[in-house]
Formats: sequence, C-alpha cells, structure tokens
Amino acid sequence: MVKETTNKTMNIIRYKPSEFTNWPRFDRLSSLRDLLDSAFQLPNPAPGWVPALDVFEDGDKVTVQLEVPGLKKDDFDISLEDDALTLSGERKSDESGGESLRIERQFGAFSRSITLPSPVKADAVRADYEDGILTVILPKAEEAKRKKIQVSLK
Amino acid sequence: MNTLETKENSLPAAGRRIEYLTPRVNLHQDGEGFTLELEMPGVGKDGVEIVVEEGKLILAGHRNTESAAGASVYAERSTCDYRRVFDLDPSVDAERIQARIEQGVLAVHLPKVETAKPRKIPVS
Repeated sequence: MVKETTNKTMNIIRYKPSEFTNWPRFDRLSSLRDLLDSAFQLPNPAPGWVPALDVFEDGDKVTVQLEVPGLKKDDFDISLEDDALTLSGERKSDESGGESLRIERQFGAFSRSITLPSPVKADAVRADYEDGILTVILPKAEEAKRKKIQVSLK
Repeated sequence: MNTLETKENSLPAAGRRIEYLTPRVNLHQDGEGFTLELEMPGVGKDGVEIVVEEGKLILAGHRNTESAAGASVYAERSTCDYRRVFDLDPSVDAERIQARIEQGVLAVHLPKVETAKPRKIPVS
C-alpha cells in the first residue's frame, strides 16, 4: 500500500473548510461570515474536495488521520518521500438510479500532503481504514526518538 | 421527502447547549421510496441513533471517542457529534425504515406506503 515516489511533493495544501457550519442555529451569522470570506478568497489550489486531516505525535510514532467516508480500501494511494507524506484517492459516485433530490456529497479525486514532524521508518508504515477514517501510523526513525539523559545534581 | 431540512428554532436551556455538525446528505427517490446518504466519518454502527417523532426523522451520530496517541501537531477535524432533522414525507412507511452504516456513510431507506392501489367501496 505504501510506496516510495521520486516526484517532488508539495507542502501542506490549504484546507478548504466545509460550507456547513458547526452552529446551525446561527445561520445568519455564518452567511455574513461567508460573504466576508468570499471577498478575500484565494484560488483553490486543489481542485475537488479537501478532506480534513489531523496529525498526532508521541515518543515513538507519528499518527495521521484523514476523514474520507465512503471509500473502498483499494481507492487509496499512500506515498512517502523523505519527510513528505501524500494521501490521495478517489471517491466513486455510486449511481443508484432514480431521481436525485439533493446532492451535497462530493465525489472525485482528492490529495493531501504534509511534511512529517520527524524522520520515520519508511518500511514500517502501516495504514488502516475504519468508520470512514484513514489512519496512517509512521514509527519514528531511531535517531528521532527522544533519548533520556540522566543528569545528576551535586 | 419533498420537504427541506427542518430548522430547529427552539434554543435549549442556557448552559446546556450542545453543538452539532450538520452531515452532508444525498437524497434519491425512485418508485419504491427514498434513500438518504449521510456522511458521518468517525461514527460506527453503535453510534447511530435514528428516531421518528411527530412526522420528523431525526438522525444523530456519536463519534468513537478514542483518539490517536500523542500530542496534536495539526488539527482540522471536528470532534462534534452529528445531527440532522428532516420532515418525513406522508408517503413514507415509517414502520419499514431501514438503515446501515458503512465506512462513515449512513444509508437510510424510506419505503413508500402502498396506498396507490385503487380500492372498491362496497355499498351497504
């Protein structure tokens, strides 16, 4: 599943938040905010949809989680190049006959790239897909693990 | 299901307000009924709650609370639970609603009642 690539990977792609607000009770406030945002909108660097991503780090590993509901395991492409991790894939539209009354879900290709906060063991990376969340666990390289040094006080 | 999403306009008691994320939804219709697809990443089978009440279909999703190990370096994902309320179309047979969740997508099938058939009314 994990493969090494040689092409240059870009840094963090700007996150495009969903147009649906966390606070449905404040619809008027959020539409005002959207209006203000639109005046400063930058061209979207990544066409298609941009799934939300989290990065965690502890003593011996880096964990990356991506919110991508409704894919199959084969739809993902995970690649690692030095300290750049790229998670990409495609969500295929399930054409289920009949008439569509409402379409809010996005389909098509996505790609997210991040610079990892520390060097990792490329051959020990593993990934898991459950409940629509892709989790990639990257064990840190030995030199990156924090070493504990005891300092004695006199 | 030709009605739009219901806006709940009653504010809960002060200090007890809970924030929810509105899940994205696709709605399809065919001769047999309606199919709703809601995106609820992070919600498993045990976290789904579906209630039919006073002609409303209330769909809620509670996230698995276990989070990844370590300190957060970068965070975009919300931790809120999901909730969305729809007006049920009168043609929906509420007794036969079926739902399943697969990789964070909740599919709800709402079959129509069989009232289209012509009936003969006997004269007494």
